[in-house]
Amino acid sequence: MLTIKDLHASINGKEILKGLNLQVNAGEVHAIMGPNGSGKSTLSAVLVGNPAFEVTRGEITFKGEPLTECSPEERSCRGIFLSFQYPVEIPGVSMVNFMRTAVNEHRKRKGETPLTAGEFLKMMREKQSVVELDKNLVNRSVNEGFSGGEKKRNEIFQMAMLEPELAILDETDSGLDIDALRIVANGVNHLKRPGNATIVITHYQRLLDYIRPDVVHVLYNGRIVKTGGPELALELESKGYDWLTKESTCSNT
Amino acid sequence: MQQYIDFFRTHRQQIDESCAPALNSFREKAFDVFRKTGFPPCPSEDYLHTDVAALLKDDFGFFLNPPGRTVDPHKAFRCNVVNLNAIKHFIVNGYLLETKDNAPLPQGVFSGSLHVFARQHPELFLKYYNRLAGQEEDGLAAFNTLFVQDGYVLYVPEHVILENTVQLTGISGGSSRSLINRRILVILEAGAQAKLLLCDHTSDEKSAPAVTQVVEVYAGENAHLDFYELEESAPEAVRLTGNYIRQAAASRMITNSITLSNGFTRNNYRIDLAGRQAETRLYGMAIADARQKIDTFTRINHLVPECRSSELFKYILDDEATGAFCGKIIVSPDAQRTEAYQNNRNLLGSRNCRMYSKPQLEIYADDVKCSHGMTTGQLDEAALFYMRSRGIPADEAALLLKFAFTSDVIQGIRLEGLRDRLKLLIEKRFRGELIKCQGCI
Repeated sequence: MLTIKDLHASINGKEILKGLNLQVNAGEVHAIMGPNGSGKSTLSAVLVGNPAFEVTRGEITFKGEPLTECSPEERSCRGIFLSFQYPVEIPGVSMVNFMRTAVNEHRKRKGETPLTAGEFLKMMREKQSVVELDKNLVNRSVNEGFSGGEKKRNEIFQMAMLEPELAILDETDSGLDIDALRIVANGVNHLKRPGNATIVITHYQRLLDYIRPDVVHVLYNGRIVKTGGPELALELESKGYDWLTKESTCSNT
Repeated sequence: MQQYIDFFRTHRQQIDESCAPALNSFREKAFDVFRKTGFPPCPSEDYLHTDVAALLKDDFGFFLNPPGRTVDPHKAFRCNVVNLNAIKHFIVNGYLLETKDNAPLPQGVFSGSLHVFARQHPELFLKYYNRLAGQEEDGLAAFNTLFVQDGYVLYVPEHVILENTVQLTGISGGSSRSLINRRILVILEAGAQAKLLLCDHTSDEKSAPAVTQVVEVYAGENAHLDFYELEESAPEAVRLTGNYIRQAAASRMITNSITLSNGFTRNNYRIDLAGRQAETRLYGMAIADARQKIDTFTRINHLVPECRSSELFKYILDDEATGAFCGKIIVSPDAQRTEAYQNNRNLLGSRNCRMYSKPQLEIYADDVKCSHGMTTGQLDEAALFYMRSRGIPADEAALLLKFAFTSDVIQGIRLEGLRDRLKLLIEKRFRGELIKCQGCI
């Protein structure tokens, strides 16, 4: 589904990703772990086309089609979704208006007619229950005044509304208490389909107790330096990253 | 300016003959003031970005006699804000048209022509007319007083509540460049309440009138007035307004001025908070692109203790538009426990548009709460990207953000019908679909 080859990306002239390779197939859950500053968030930003980042080398293909030249909105309509580490507050834009515009753009792209107000509200109600999102929140401005946990739930709610084929969760667990973590993780699991894939970016094993990964990668210094099964996450939890980063530095020289 | 002095001298008789003596009685003094001051010099402290003399230097024509009453504005100009249930008046090239189809007004209320009011109620007229606008030697107000022949008066006696909104539609234009002077006088006696909506239009996109408009508002003790103004005029139109407002104790006012399209607009506001616990909210919003210019000057005088004022002005500029905002707040030495807040936020959509913002607070009392804030910037890149990442195209995302930017000014409007209509008009304006308001029905 997603193939990344020799990806180099930089921001303000500073190279962050330095030759990253990754293959994610339909139905798989991949976890990407790694120390701070290793490039995890950059990878997610580049995948959704954040214009602040520049791809300087390499290629990304999604469902066999090249992705790097696509606008963020095209990527979304093609089925890629990012749950933001820091969801943005947009005062004055209501959740309802925001989501209706987004959903109808997706429908337009698929050649479907826009939803009526009634159909849309029904869909909203159904999807809100997936993440137990307070129904009052959707009447407010996007993320404005939401607590940290509410913002993350709102991300998963949007994911439920847009039904992406590839979901990228960028530190969705950060800032969540145990209950919120469970609700968010259950939401993600509930949305899982055999044809879909998920990339989970996280620092902690904790989230992976709920969202079981098939493959675990360690990202360090802009490259994936180790790939393994779920047991790799446990190993990292007990040993930290030091042993890997040293290994990686040695193999570089 | 000399051309206007000469014109007044040669046409004095024609100007006076169709007007009430009470109205004419103010011209001599105005003539002296105008000869002395001329138009406000530019650049000067209060006129940094508007050169009135240059704007009015062309050879404009005057409408010196009221036009025939044959035009049916309901047909010529359909402007219908739903759910407003308004008392409607039309002011065409400065003259108020007679309207017969309005519902009867409460006892003692006058809603009609300035010229008729001056004839029918000379004692009230003399008590209020030009008392605020003529208080200082203001060249623009003097110019208006010199030439004005008609306008609109709303008089609401003590404790009368006018439930229906008054909608005053100004239509200016014509085939040649004309100078239109109109006057609005609003008198709310103690405990009276009213809502006034002024929709200001040009007759078509090609007309290029220059309009001077002086508004005087007296809000008596405990009186409540909502004053909304909506400008949609042609790219070559000039609009120069002076709003002079005096509020007595515990009166409440909302003033909300929205410029959807215009040529060159200068709006002046002077609000005197003259009785304890008077409260005023002064809001404004302008959407300007192409080469539009909009300049707002506000001066709020806190003259006595315990008054509150709150100001919010927002500009959305694009292309080569120019915006200016100057906000003066003057707190007098004995105006203790004043609360005064001012906010000016501006959104720039291109490299070539310009915004000039100048907050100016002069506080001479020590027990006050005053604040001001000003920001000028572009659309929030993070918000734009967030929306695009959900599939919303860049143009649409920008539109949603611009629309959101206007929302607090729109929320300040207490007429639901007008609020809904404005949301529609603003969206059309941002989409470049709006040509004229009458097409919106």
